[in-house]
Amino acid sequence: MSKSNQVLEEITSKEYEHGWTVNLETDEAPKGLNEEIVRFISAKKNEPEWLLEWRLKAFRQWQKMVEPKWPNVTYPAINYQDIIYYSAPKQKVKPNSLDEVDPELIKTFEKLGISLTEQKRLTGIAVDAVIDSVSVATTFKEKLSELGIIFCSFSEAVKEHPELVKKYLGSVVPMNDNYFAALNSAVFSDGSFCYIPKGVRCPMELSTYFRINAANTGQFERTLIVADEGSYVSYLEGCTAPMRDENQLHAAVVELYTMQGAEIKYSTVQNWYPGDKHGKGGIYNFVTKRGFCAGDHSKISWTQVETGSAITWKYPSCVLKGDYSVGEFYSVAVTNNYQQADTGTKMIHIGKNTRSRIVSKGISAGKSQNSYRGQVHIMKRAANARNHSQCDSLLMGDQCGAHTFPYIDVENNSARIEHEATTSKIGEDQIFYCLQRGIDEESAVALIVNGYAKEVLNQLPMEFAVEAQKLLALTLEGSVG
Amino acid sequence: MSTSVKQDLATEIIENQPAFEVAHDSRTLALEQFKKLGLPSAKHEEYRFTPITRHLEKNFSWTNNNSESTLSSISEFLIPQLDANVVVLVNGRFNALHSKIVSLESEVTITTLSEAFRKEHPAVKEYFNKNLQTETDAFAALNSAGWQEGIFIHVQENTTVSKPIFIIQINDGSQSPVITQTRILGVLEKGSSISIIEKSDTVGDQVAFHNFAEEWIIKEDAHLEYCKIQNDAGKVCQVSNSVILQSSNSKLNTFTLTLDGQLIRNNLHILIDGENCESHFYGLYLLTGSTHADNHTVVDHRKPNSFSNEMYKGIMDGNSKGVFNGKIYVRPHAQKTNAFQSNRNIIVSDTATVNTKPQLEIWADDVKCSHGCTSGQLDEEALFYLRSRGISETNAKAMLLYAFAAEVLEPIQNETLKAYLDNLIAERLHKNF
Repeated sequence: MSKSNQVLEEITSKEYEHGWTVNLETDEAPKGLNEEIVRFISAKKNEPEWLLEWRLKAFRQWQKMVEPKWPNVTYPAINYQDIIYYSAPKQKVKPNSLDEVDPELIKTFEKLGISLTEQKRLTGIAVDAVIDSVSVATTFKEKLSELGIIFCSFSEAVKEHPELVKKYLGSVVPMNDNYFAALNSAVFSDGSFCYIPKGVRCPMELSTYFRINAANTGQFERTLIVADEGSYVSYLEGCTAPMRDENQLHAAVVELYTMQGAEIKYSTVQNWYPGDKHGKGGIYNFVTKRGFCAGDHSKISWTQVETGSAITWKYPSCVLKGDYSVGEFYSVAVTNNYQQADTGTKMIHIGKNTRSRIVSKGISAGKSQNSYRGQVHIMKRAANARNHSQCDSLLMGDQCGAHTFPYIDVENNSARIEHEATTSKIGEDQIFYCLQRGIDEESAVALIVNGYAKEVLNQLPMEFAVEAQKLLALTLEGSVG
Repeated sequence: MSTSVKQDLATEIIENQPAFEVAHDSRTLALEQFKKLGLPSAKHEEYRFTPITRHLEKNFSWTNNNSESTLSSISEFLIPQLDANVVVLVNGRFNALHSKIVSLESEVTITTLSEAFRKEHPAVKEYFNKNLQTETDAFAALNSAGWQEGIFIHVQENTTVSKPIFIIQINDGSQSPVITQTRILGVLEKGSSISIIEKSDTVGDQVAFHNFAEEWIIKEDAHLEYCKIQNDAGKVCQVSNSVILQSSNSKLNTFTLTLDGQLIRNNLHILIDGENCESHFYGLYLLTGSTHADNHTVVDHRKPNSFSNEMYKGIMDGNSKGVFNGKIYVRPHAQKTNAFQSNRNIIVSDTATVNTKPQLEIWADDVKCSHGCTSGQLDEEALFYLRSRGISETNAKAMLLYAFAAEVLEPIQNETLKAYLDNLIAERLHKNF
């Protein structure tokens, strides 16, 4: 099996392909965090008084909170005064059309493979691009607005649809929900806002692309998606960052809200810079994601492919309040080198006949640690609730770790809960089977890993599935001993 | 306030210190550890669902307990027809009157722990208090600091002890509230084999707190069968810390049956410190009323090529609450480990709850580990099948519940014991077919 080790060596020494930086002129806040900075960010964005108050309230609560220590990750203490909380590509005036956007910026996104220009219209994805702290461009706006769909940057939403933002901001993730959510609530700079009106099925995939570009900055964006009665939307999220020696903090909040009969499908391919092979640098990805199935028969589905970040700490969750509502969570988390991931989900069953499904596939290689942490909570009145969880871990190499921490709390006797988990390496018999049929070892491993993750990858929209498969292949192909 | 209980407990132990003739050093150290740890708060991850501290605060004043027992007969606590060595502890004291040792000294030494200390038995010196988690668990530390009496069992090399040892611990709360702290140290020398039955009972209607700890050392090629029966009266709060250390080629079977008590917490910690070990642990909790039973198990694979298999089942009725936490650790060099775990629960009533957390922590790659856990009701189709054959609903339910529960009895070797346990389970599940 020395060949596999050799391949692993090669793969792990492969460089992060999105590691470049672009010289964009930026508008930055001074380092550090205090009330002045919160006011500065709010003023920069010409925000109304109520939002500033909301931010300040969150900031005051954050000051009283302590950083959580329970995740199964270790990292040096973060100095919150050493971060730039606001950084924006400099633009003299807000562009009216894409033609006026800084050509350097457009090049940046072309490099990422996300075209903001006309040609990509054929692919039919509406993109909201967020660089450092602000949203720089949103495509397909007009076409969407014909259907009454609002898809814009968060700051725009605050200006143009304050009643919606005011109503739903913090309704799923309260400002004091946890340490990083409170921090985000105080200093969030931008993000995406999306509203699907009653009975509308969004005709195209909506997508946000995040990129951290400037050094020393943290990125704190917020996404809020509201699906009104009977509507449907599929939403994609992608992210990259340059290679830097220091660790950068990314603390985002995503809130999903579905009313009666509505459905949101939220997919993420997370590819922040994971640090080099000695564990230096990389993004701390501390994210709070939660969906609220408020109405009956509503559905929220999370799909995530986590390959990047030095440390991942995220639990996309579903609160199933409406009767017959459905929550789903599909995840592939890959860690290599010194990456650490503590990820999973929470399914809170409140309504009757609610159903949830969890499929989590962890793959750890190198010296990484990969944890699944999840909770399935069946509340007292959640009669006939149903949950099935499956979490598997695949270990590659003898220095990595895989951990599972599922909490199952049942307060209703008609609930049916099943949880199963396995940990193993790729079976020698499986490899042997392939070799026997003339498939070389490297392809065999790729085949097995792909099959292992398939259940999750199948959930991704076409456009993303390709990217995800490529990412998986890049990090893991042939890395089994 | 937990601080006050902690203070009270610590003070009481210090006041009683002169009465403890033996193991001064380990007691002093454990007392320091206990003071540092304090009783676990509701936020303590390991005690999140089991509020022992609150229970103790509410029900106990830490003075005037441990009155002499007036118990005259123990026959009701015995297992009928069981041919065994009987060791009786009443309110934390050894009761010579009711105890009966039949096995030969050349096979196995069975004495009180304090006597083993006085005789300076080498095994006591070598193994006492070496593996108990006194640094992390407050109750283990409390026991190490203030144990009143214990039992020492030492099985000679290459000996198979034919008669089981039956240890009965009785908490007599008929006069006043009672607090007992007892422990067991058992050492199985190479190639030896023994079967242990440990049973606790409570009499009287006063509250009782029983803090129990035990350490077992299983040396190479030795074999331990262990059965714990918890059928206390409804007012006892029991914490039981068990640590079992396995050496190469050893075999362990444990079975824990929890039927009654107010608040039961079992910490079973198995250290697999040798290759080719085999370890099976089974548990069954049949809860009614307001019983709260919490089983925390840890199996720690430190060496390669071992096998562990865990199966815990529970049936919750009334307002009862079942808690399960099973940890499997596979350390970095413990390659070729196979570890399996399953936890299945049935909730019968509307008000019973279950909290379960199976947990895998794996640092080695060439392993096969899995856990599964379920919570649900009886299968409607199975119920219908029985009903369609003319069996009443009550009987059909009892039959299915019994079938669910009795599976864990399968591995028990001793037929008398098996029949006794089977009877207890059937009685509890109102089996009358």
